[in-house]
Amino acid sequence: MLAYELMVQGLVQGSIYALIAVGLTLVYGLLRILHVAHAGLFTLGGYLCVLITNATGSFLLSMLIAMPVVGVLGIVIYRLCYQPILDKPPYVALIASIGLFIAMEEIFRLVFGPYGISYAEPPLSNSIQVFTANLREAELVTLAGSLVLIGGLALLAAKTRIGVAWRATVTDPEMAQSFGIDIIKVRYLNFFIGSALAAAAGGLVAVLNNLVEPTMGSVPSYKALAIIVLGGLGDVRGTLIAALALGVIESFGTIYLGAILDRDAIAFAFLILVLMVRPQGLFGKA
Amino acid sequence: MEYAITLGILMGISIILALSLNLISGYCGQISLGHAAFYGTGAYCAALMTKAGLPFFVALLAGAGLAGLLGLLVGLASLRVRHDFLAITTMGVGFLFIGIVRQQDWLGGEMGIYNIPDTGLSKGWFLVLVLAIAAAVALFSLYVKRSWMGFAFDAVADDEDTARMIGIDVSRYKLTAFAMGTAIAGLAGGLYAHDIKYIGPDSFGFVESIMILSMVVVGGIGSVPGVILAAALLSVLPQWLQFIAEYKLLIYGVLLFAVMRFSPGGLAQIADQLWNRIRKRDAPKDGAS
Repeated sequence: MLAYELMVQGLVQGSIYALIAVGLTLVYGLLRILHVAHAGLFTLGGYLCVLITNATGSFLLSMLIAMPVVGVLGIVIYRLCYQPILDKPPYVALIASIGLFIAMEEIFRLVFGPYGISYAEPPLSNSIQVFTANLREAELVTLAGSLVLIGGLALLAAKTRIGVAWRATVTDPEMAQSFGIDIIKVRYLNFFIGSALAAAAGGLVAVLNNLVEPTMGSVPSYKALAIIVLGGLGDVRGTLIAALALGVIESFGTIYLGAILDRDAIAFAFLILVLMVRPQGLFGKA
Repeated sequence: MEYAITLGILMGISIILALSLNLISGYCGQISLGHAAFYGTGAYCAALMTKAGLPFFVALLAGAGLAGLLGLLVGLASLRVRHDFLAITTMGVGFLFIGIVRQQDWLGGEMGIYNIPDTGLSKGWFLVLVLAIAAAVALFSLYVKRSWMGFAFDAVADDEDTARMIGIDVSRYKLTAFAMGTAIAGLAGGLYAHDIKYIGPDSFGFVESIMILSMVVVGGIGSVPGVILAAALLSVLPQWLQFIAEYKLLIYGVLLFAVMRFSPGGLAQIADQLWNRIRKRDAPKDGAS
């Protein structure tokens, strides 16, 4: 009984991780950048959703506005921050990104206040009986929403011309360019989709916790890095599996390992263990 | 005067810390995002030992030793994983350290360790001790840079595979860099614990690791004078300018970003460019005469 509930909790958390980590792994696959500031866009997505829902009363509308707005901001970050330093050693972009993320968090704190904001009327707060567990609507929407979004992404990548161009660029940028693919556009698309997914994750977390705070991105940010490393850096399928697995492991670990480790350290204990055995990540190619 | 001494101690500890990370990340090219864990290890170890009644200097050295030992362990990880993977692994080590300390009652848990005993040194002499250690670490760094070991570090940082090809024992030098750098960080931790007299997990978290890294990066990764200058400035500026305390982190973030974006070589690179420009302006004059 408990196991079933822990499993569902783990999957809900895992699908949030998946939504954040997919964007991160897409950026890594294309540009070899660890995009820490990605979690800043996740936080922004959460804030936009709460603010717009409170203003208009519609949660769906807030998502539909927040996702493209944050997506465009993702492109802006790429254009202004990453593009000029792509030819520098990898730590340059990593540290620049950490700096950007810290600055973003501080801006949220200064603009929206340190204590965070909540929904005036929390949407999706009813409970539904599913088998033996009482699930909140918000949890079901999180599961369904991430399934739809990631499914849509998979469809886009597999079935459309844009998707083909995208996959070609990830596999071999020079070859793709010689076939007439505009790789700058592919990068823009990449940042747009990744950032929009992060915004969706932010909105869903805002509903799950009925709270957005300036620091809500920090823990997911570093955990998402652990997840994409586990998934083999740049490998979308590996990242999804690693995200769900981590959600479930944490959910059980909090019960059984709570005396030794706190929840947030479990991810990293798992990460270090895996990397010592498989330095290329769980699903990465050597 | 009292206040100036407090600032001086803070500055000295920051310089020791930044130089210790500079050995690992600057000289040997192994980016570490978890350096505060070793700083914390030294602080906890030294604090527990003086609380148990051992002399201050013994505790200080034991803290450095334990941190170095842990650093050696993490260094082993650097033999397995590289570049971005290593950065994330060391970040994980930092979170693991905090995660474990928080749950251990004998380490004070969330509350930390209070009432760390007095060192027997007056504030002034403590400052002298800290500055002397900082100077020693700086001289040691300069010495390493000019030694054979410094050359090997450089080669490893530049291109591991080529270094291996010309017969450099890459593993040994990486481990040496980690052991030295983390032991010195542990030393800084022991000094910090006995300066503030209170330590808690929050002082050694990810933010602290980033602060140390930002000192190294803003100063110019690998440059001893640059790192010393950046550590001195970044540790003391927020204390002097109390009105910007609210924006301290924002400034750190923007600074880190701006330096990487516009001048990845940090203050050292900016100084070099200025120096070259001055020389270039003088050059025609020299030619004319």
